[in-house]
Amino acid sequence: MNLRDDEAVLEEARLERQTFEGAQELQPRPRTKELVITGGGMWPEDSLDDTMIINMGPQHPSTHGVLRLMMELDSEEVLRVKPVIGYLHTGMEKTGEELTYVQGGTNVTRMDYAAPLSNELVYSMAVERLLDVDVPPRATWMRMMLVELNRMSSHLLFQATNGMDIGAVSMMLYGWREREEVLRFLEYVTGLRMNHNFIRPGGVAADLPDGWQSRALELCDTVERGAREYEELLSQNPIWRERTVGIGIISTDECLARSITGPILRSTGFAWDLRKAQPYLAYDDVDFDVVYGMTGDVFDRYSLRLSEIFESIKIVRQCVERMPAGDYRLQDKKLTPPPRARIDESMEALIHHFKLFTEGFKVPAGETYVAIESPRGEIGCYLVSDGSGKPVRMHIRGPSFYNLQSIEPMGTGSLVADAVAIVSSVDPIMGEVDR
Amino acid sequence: MADDEAREDEHETAPEPVAPDDLPKPDDDVAAALVERFAGSVFDRSHGQPVVYVDRAVFADVARFLHDEQQFTMCVDITATDHLLDGVRYAPPGVATERYEVVANFLSHVRNRRVRVICAVPDSDPSVPSLTGVYPGANFPERETYDFFGIEFVGHPELTRILMPDDWEGHPLRKDYPAARVPVTFKGDPHPR
Repeated sequence: MNLRDDEAVLEEARLERQTFEGAQELQPRPRTKELVITGGGMWPEDSLDDTMIINMGPQHPSTHGVLRLMMELDSEEVLRVKPVIGYLHTGMEKTGEELTYVQGGTNVTRMDYAAPLSNELVYSMAVERLLDVDVPPRATWMRMMLVELNRMSSHLLFQATNGMDIGAVSMMLYGWREREEVLRFLEYVTGLRMNHNFIRPGGVAADLPDGWQSRALELCDTVERGAREYEELLSQNPIWRERTVGIGIISTDECLARSITGPILRSTGFAWDLRKAQPYLAYDDVDFDVVYGMTGDVFDRYSLRLSEIFESIKIVRQCVERMPAGDYRLQDKKLTPPPRARIDESMEALIHHFKLFTEGFKVPAGETYVAIESPRGEIGCYLVSDGSGKPVRMHIRGPSFYNLQSIEPMGTGSLVADAVAIVSSVDPIMGEVDR
Repeated sequence: MADDEAREDEHETAPEPVAPDDLPKPDDDVAAALVERFAGSVFDRSHGQPVVYVDRAVFADVARFLHDEQQFTMCVDITATDHLLDGVRYAPPGVATERYEVVANFLSHVRNRRVRVICAVPDSDPSVPSLTGVYPGANFPERETYDFFGIEFVGHPELTRILMPDDWEGHPLRKDYPAARVPVTFKGDPHPR
């Protein structure tokens, strides 16, 4: 074949791919299995009729939002599965290019809506790295405490929805009960239950309110009591074990090859946690363990997330004990707003306040990638600046987006009912997948 | 589109020739190995992180090298940047700049380190070799980059749109694709899109 023909064929294939409607659909595949009917059986007459392609979602109660799974089924067995995403796409990365660095936090916090503080943290750390500034110790410890509380609330949400997906509906109520307590505390500190925009470039938005220590410790006790209850309710429950043990197994190598991070990777027995491996904030100053599983099945992922709640409680208790005094943000007039009281008495403070919230601040040209451990895995922020007040590119590496690639190896060969358990154990947050 | 072309002409400036000896020496052994193996690569330390700018023709070979010989177990992230409208463009000396940059972050769990590989992609032929042959996890991010920037990953098994609808026109994260280009369709609109 000469080169020209080759190019023409390639071009044709490319055009067809780009113009083909429904390019994401699961395509029929060539049949390899010829059905041989022995004896005088009545079925099946048509060998092409033995499998069917069905949609699960995007409006399905167990798909955690608007995830659509295309599955090829041979009666109850899943032969192929393919996630189709994009139903919640709102162009947040494009929006991020239109917002100043001060406003950017309100945008990123809406991506992973179950763990908004992780998003704010990774974005703020990326901006701070481009600016080459360090935040004061109190801000660092406050960030760490809030992110760990958020990890607790995210894992409690997982326990609730995972329980309901697999059939332990009472878990739904219990999980929500404790999560509500965590959100109440976050509201007490940040002013909002979700989408806080509390962690900002340069520190955090406000200091901790008076009497937070006792409330935080009380919260730790409540969540600990609740998590022990879940453990009693589920871990030894024969029905629960029947539904989860040995289901949806994935190996470490497969996880690494498919860029899967977080609890799914750890459940395979690979103890990789960015909080330990590449410590940020003050994680090398606190005492906690990296929890990892053994087999990489649905049960391991459930029990791993449950254990991580206890580890987070440990970190929060240490934060309460060792919270340093001092400033909760940088006192840089060009970067953080002046205290409210200063605006009444100082013209300069008023101008700084006005400039900061209308124009924001300028960031020197450069590019950086910052990664932290969110409840779902490695969340990263790739930020490119051209020296102006708005980023050229603000890309968030959402762990759920990559973790969805694990559904294919885990779901192939499973039963339909187990596919629900598998999707649930991946714990995808569609806001972050689609951004 | 004449407007865009004019802007592109303005944008393309010939890089100042830099003698190879003047380039910064890599102080990171992975980056040093990369620069040694792939001629024409440029090392940069960007806010403490090792970055290597490579030619796009060897993009997949670089990934293969990192995976097979340098124990880089995971391709963490692939994305792109459109530098069409940059005010001050950040580029280390010796790097030939083009409109797009494809950025890949690699992570080695064994050696606990990261390296970022960037290659310039011109507007006239937006394509790079796909990394899916080396890292199957590059599947989704490459589809996303194709969807948003229209950069073709040659060798990708199924390069279709992933987040935008299949019949969408244009690539939304390009800088010549303005936000709010498509008017919002409200319920009861006599002329729905």
